[in-house]
Amino acid sequence: MALPNHTPLNYRIWHYTYLTFCGLVFFFLIAPLFVILPLSFNAEQYIHFSAKMLALDPEGFSLRWYEDMIFGTKNPWGLATKNSLIIAFFATIGSTILGTVAALGLSSRHMPYKAAIMALLISPMIVPLIISGTAIFFFMAKVGLAATHTGIVLSHIILGTPFVVITVTATLSGFDHSVTRAAASLGSNPVNTFMKITLPLIMPGVISGALFAFVTSFDEVVVVLFLAGLENTTIPIQMWVGLREQLSPTIMAVATCLIVMSTLILVSAELLRRRSERLRGINR
Amino acid sequence: MSKEQILSSDGIPLEQSLKKAERKNKLKAVLLVAPLFLFLLIIYVFPIGDMLFRSVDDRMITKMLPNTFKAMEKWDGRDLPDEPVYKAIYDDLKYLKENKTYGKIIARLNYEKSGFSSLIKKTVRKLNKVEEGNYKEQFIKIHKRWGQPEYLVALRNAAPNWSYAKYLKGIDMKFDQDKNITLVEEDRRIYKILWFRTVNVAFWVTVFCFILAYPISHLLATLPMKYSNLLMICVLLPFWTSLLVRTSSWMVLLQQQGPINDLIVWLGLATDDNRPELMYNVIGTFVAMTQILLPFMVLPLYSVMKTISPSLMRAGKSLGGTPLVSFVKIYFPLTIPGIGAGCLLVFILAIGYYITPALVGGASGSLISNTIAYHMKSSLDWAFASALGTMLLIGVLAIYWVYNKLVGIDNIKLG
Repeated sequence: MALPNHTPLNYRIWHYTYLTFCGLVFFFLIAPLFVILPLSFNAEQYIHFSAKMLALDPEGFSLRWYEDMIFGTKNPWGLATKNSLIIAFFATIGSTILGTVAALGLSSRHMPYKAAIMALLISPMIVPLIISGTAIFFFMAKVGLAATHTGIVLSHIILGTPFVVITVTATLSGFDHSVTRAAASLGSNPVNTFMKITLPLIMPGVISGALFAFVTSFDEVVVVLFLAGLENTTIPIQMWVGLREQLSPTIMAVATCLIVMSTLILVSAELLRRRSERLRGINR
Repeated sequence: MSKEQILSSDGIPLEQSLKKAERKNKLKAVLLVAPLFLFLLIIYVFPIGDMLFRSVDDRMITKMLPNTFKAMEKWDGRDLPDEPVYKAIYDDLKYLKENKTYGKIIARLNYEKSGFSSLIKKTVRKLNKVEEGNYKEQFIKIHKRWGQPEYLVALRNAAPNWSYAKYLKGIDMKFDQDKNITLVEEDRRIYKILWFRTVNVAFWVTVFCFILAYPISHLLATLPMKYSNLLMICVLLPFWTSLLVRTSSWMVLLQQQGPINDLIVWLGLATDDNRPELMYNVIGTFVAMTQILLPFMVLPLYSVMKTISPSLMRAGKSLGGTPLVSFVKIYFPLTIPGIGAGCLLVFILAIGYYITPALVGGASGSLISNTIAYHMKSSLDWAFASALGTMLLIGVLAIYWVYNKLVGIDNIKLG
């Protein structure tokens, strides 16, 4: 942002101080993520920048920690990735379906006690995870679902639905209900109307809610810590265990993979948001 | 004159027909919400209720010593009780010894008064030698504590089925022998410190987040779209990245041989062999939590600032206000809804934070959540963990209620 020529000096100083401060905050936000990247290619066993790395000597870098992550003996990452993907997949489907259907009901102006019910449905996002974890653990132990995939999936559905409810309700707030009435007047039954008219229109909201639900489940560690047995270990659990023992370069390699994944998710979420705004006719 | 009724095409009065349609729509909406509502009720709300129940449930000991508590009902609690009470204790302990389940009552009674552990263990060991009749004398012979009224009073105090003793423990209080509520000994008052630290960390993290987020939200909201979209990635990428990844990057940065300490040494602020401890204390918790929760402050602030028209500030200037006056009188008041939303959200999230304090906080940086986890997984005092959880939950729900009143829960913005 260039300033006009006639700006007095004190405003000029103030303005550049402000920009510098903002720059530092952005640096504070993003820089920690990029510390991990080079360290995952470290040829040495320690988590710090070796002299060779700082001199950009190719010998200072290697892919050995990625090899260790994939092929290492007694390595838990294979099982953990499989479990994480299975759990996140089913939890996403569950949250998306339940959340979307509920959001349709909540967006209807005929819904009684709307605010109270909405507050209840969003609460899993607000209540500290340690409390949710404790409560869900007692319940799952009682019904015999502790240390099972089913138990973890069910609890992740709960944690994921608030995001779906929020994104889909937001999409529906700009929804023109006359199109469904038009479909009905043309002889379409409600299910057909939903599948052919409503769903395609609210799809961006549904998918971005599903992305949130997926990330929530994929990243969730507190509830899984309570529920998981050895067989149900997930990527976050393995990272947690590894970080509590010591920082190993293999964890840096896993973290790099996760950063790449979150970048991909961020890009798709952004594209969806823009598409959704375009569909709803919001031009900013 | 009666009003002329308007009929719909099938001959039913319009008013009735409309009401019917309304009812149908209402039913449809309720049925759509019902699956998630019931699911949440069964797997979420009911378990939380169960947790509340556990925190006051004290029936185990009553079930294990039924005769004792029954016999004690008649006892006034001043002098030593009479023979029937000792006979009842004998009967109960004998039954527990045969079933090998007396271990459970030891922990419970020792919590009531220390010294019960050796008392019960010794008594159980010598139970076979006790002959019928005159139990009181024989018991006092086995262990002199059976002759001290305070132990029997403590035993009686364990009788009620429901107890809020765990809640008292959570705020460093306890029942003394006469059932009065008193503070625990000076050196055992740890929970007040813990609560204070938790609220303190949450408060300052919120303040830091606000100070850092306000200028950048303003910049994001006023820059042209093509630049602000690029900068927005700096906010959103951490938001979408795994919490453990972000925490581990802070562990790398803050460790003793890490880049930040290298920088401090290079700047000459500390010598190489005397590097400051940045991690495993409250500093680590502050820094890492501020960075991790910052996006939750930026997003609500940004969405509010985006709606403020730049012409308002220009109008302020053209009417003779200096930039500072226009900011204080025009811009800042308009951003208050965003400030409220962001601060409450960050505070709620910070007060229940578990993972980051557990990894970078060490002993002096651990918060109430870490204590709950400790009692769930290590000490196995689930009732106490539930009581602490309930206290935290009440606090969070109170803030959530305020949030809902001020901001409206459907105004939460994500991404």
